[in-house]
Amino acid sequence: MTAPRAAARSTFWSRARRSRTLAVGTGLAALLVLVALLAPVIAPYSPTAQDLTAGLLPPSPAHWLGTDELGRDVLSRILMAAQTDLRIAVTAAIAPFIIGVSVGLLSGYFGGAVDWTLSRVVDTVIAFPFYIIVIALVFALGAGEFGIVVAFALVGWTGYARVIRALAASMRDAGWVRAARGGGLSHARVILRHLLPNALPQAVVLLMTEIVLIMVAIVTLGYLGLGVRPPTPDWGAMLAEAQPFITSNWWLGVGPGLAVVLTGVALSLVADGLGDAWRVKR
Amino acid sequence: MSSVRRIGLATLRTLGTVLPVMLGVVVGVFFLLRLVPGDPAQMILGERATPQAVAELHEQLGLDLPLWQQFGDFLGRLITQGDTGPSLVSGASTRDLILERAPISLGIVALALLLAVLITVPLALAAARRPNGPIDHAVRVIPAIGLGMPMFWIGLLLIIVFAVHLGWFPVGGVGTGAGEPIRSLILPALAVSLSLVPPLIRSLRAQLLEVVTADFVTTLRAARIPELRIWTRHILRGGALPTLALLSVNAATLIGGTLVIEKVFAINGIGMLLFTSIGSRDFPVVQGIALYCAVLVVLVGIAADALLGILDPRLRRGSAR
Repeated sequence: MTAPRAAARSTFWSRARRSRTLAVGTGLAALLVLVALLAPVIAPYSPTAQDLTAGLLPPSPAHWLGTDELGRDVLSRILMAAQTDLRIAVTAAIAPFIIGVSVGLLSGYFGGAVDWTLSRVVDTVIAFPFYIIVIALVFALGAGEFGIVVAFALVGWTGYARVIRALAASMRDAGWVRAARGGGLSHARVILRHLLPNALPQAVVLLMTEIVLIMVAIVTLGYLGLGVRPPTPDWGAMLAEAQPFITSNWWLGVGPGLAVVLTGVALSLVADGLGDAWRVKR
Repeated sequence: MSSVRRIGLATLRTLGTVLPVMLGVVVGVFFLLRLVPGDPAQMILGERATPQAVAELHEQLGLDLPLWQQFGDFLGRLITQGDTGPSLVSGASTRDLILERAPISLGIVALALLLAVLITVPLALAAARRPNGPIDHAVRVIPAIGLGMPMFWIGLLLIIVFAVHLGWFPVGGVGTGAGEPIRSLILPALAVSLSLVPPLIRSLRAQLLEVVTADFVTTLRAARIPELRIWTRHILRGGALPTLALLSVNAATLIGGTLVIEKVFAINGIGMLLFTSIGSRDFPVVQGIALYCAVLVVLVGIAADALLGILDPRLRRGSAR
């Protein structure tokens, strides 16, 4: 079993090195993570320090991106928001990954009643429009980081479950899985040591796509007033605060908007590049 | 197998998968209130509520009853009245509140669907016509970028460009007078459709490419059938059914997007009802909206499956899926 996998790995690396999409995406993403980590150091002002006498100032050497209604430095808030939003996006992506891959493997490998039951659960979750169910859940659980992470754990796993289920079902009857079972290996061992490693590339590519969706959803929740609690800066909440001023004070919205889009593009390029390198169907 | 028996079996099979899902939806919406950390009545009324008011609301919501009885009441009211209970704010029936605003939200959904098809089909055609050409390249790169853009942000951009600068459309709200309502809904519908277009193009392009290389197309070319005719009569037809299937898969995205975009454009539809209800912690209304959306998605799925079965003879055997 090791020989073909090693071969696949080497072609993966050679394809990955040649992929421009992956290079640009990883470079951008690394830069963003660096900015997020260094935000407290490089931010010129405190993101929450108010100065009511210096509200709604246009961009200037003192405030590169101007100030908001409460006189807070927009650039500093954008930088600090990068930290908050990226941290929550990554945290919120973990549980759905684990739950979805597990459900998919169990459903595809065992088939029958297990598959039927799990598939109906998936059908039920996806019957709800994603944003509506996430909004309703965060509302019930309480706005903020905890609510967001739990909400995604509850409903964010169906994408993995469906893809990995199909993959596991296609492997179930393959010769090498039957051989492993025939050789006396337990179901748990077959799933963990044989199916899981083969399903992982697909799951990781999906993880990158899901992080983009989660990041976008977190920003949207912030825009809707269900995200991170103020005064902690968040790109979505900043955009919501900027909307009434789009005609008069355009600088309020440009920065956070570009930050969101840049992060989204960087992560989608990584996902796209990884998918190409692994030759994973998406 | 006789056709009556076939349809009967297909209906049974559909019911066998749909009923558990419907029940699951109801259970999910029911438990939404129980997800609240602590006492839901306290959460609805806020920190400063008197214990007496909390106890009253507790009783009004039936929180004192055993869980199974609460669920029975919930399910009963849903089946007999299609309702999740009166609004805690206005006392009006949740069902009426939703149905009152349904036309405007469904208007955005319909318009977004139309725009999505109008944008997707020509672009996918152009891309599939010359694989690896400039249009094909753009069509493959743009979705990756579009994925990272929140829909509300696209909506804000559309407002800035087409409403504020060009003044072609209102900045928000719904106008009255001849044609005005439609004009007010175009920008929000466009924002929703743009978020739907990337996956649609990706899939339609792939489908079209598959058809282009099919044997029957080679045969048609060999028979000197005009190229235009091959594309309009044969290739596009082959790609249309999968697009229809894909639209039904994306029904949930479409509905969810519509509700969110209403907030951006200040349109008083179901989405606005959702956000004002969240603001006033009006639980029955939030539950009702989630429930109505999910039921609508399930119904759209059934309708699309039935339509595909009628349009595509290959699916009629019933074994294809």
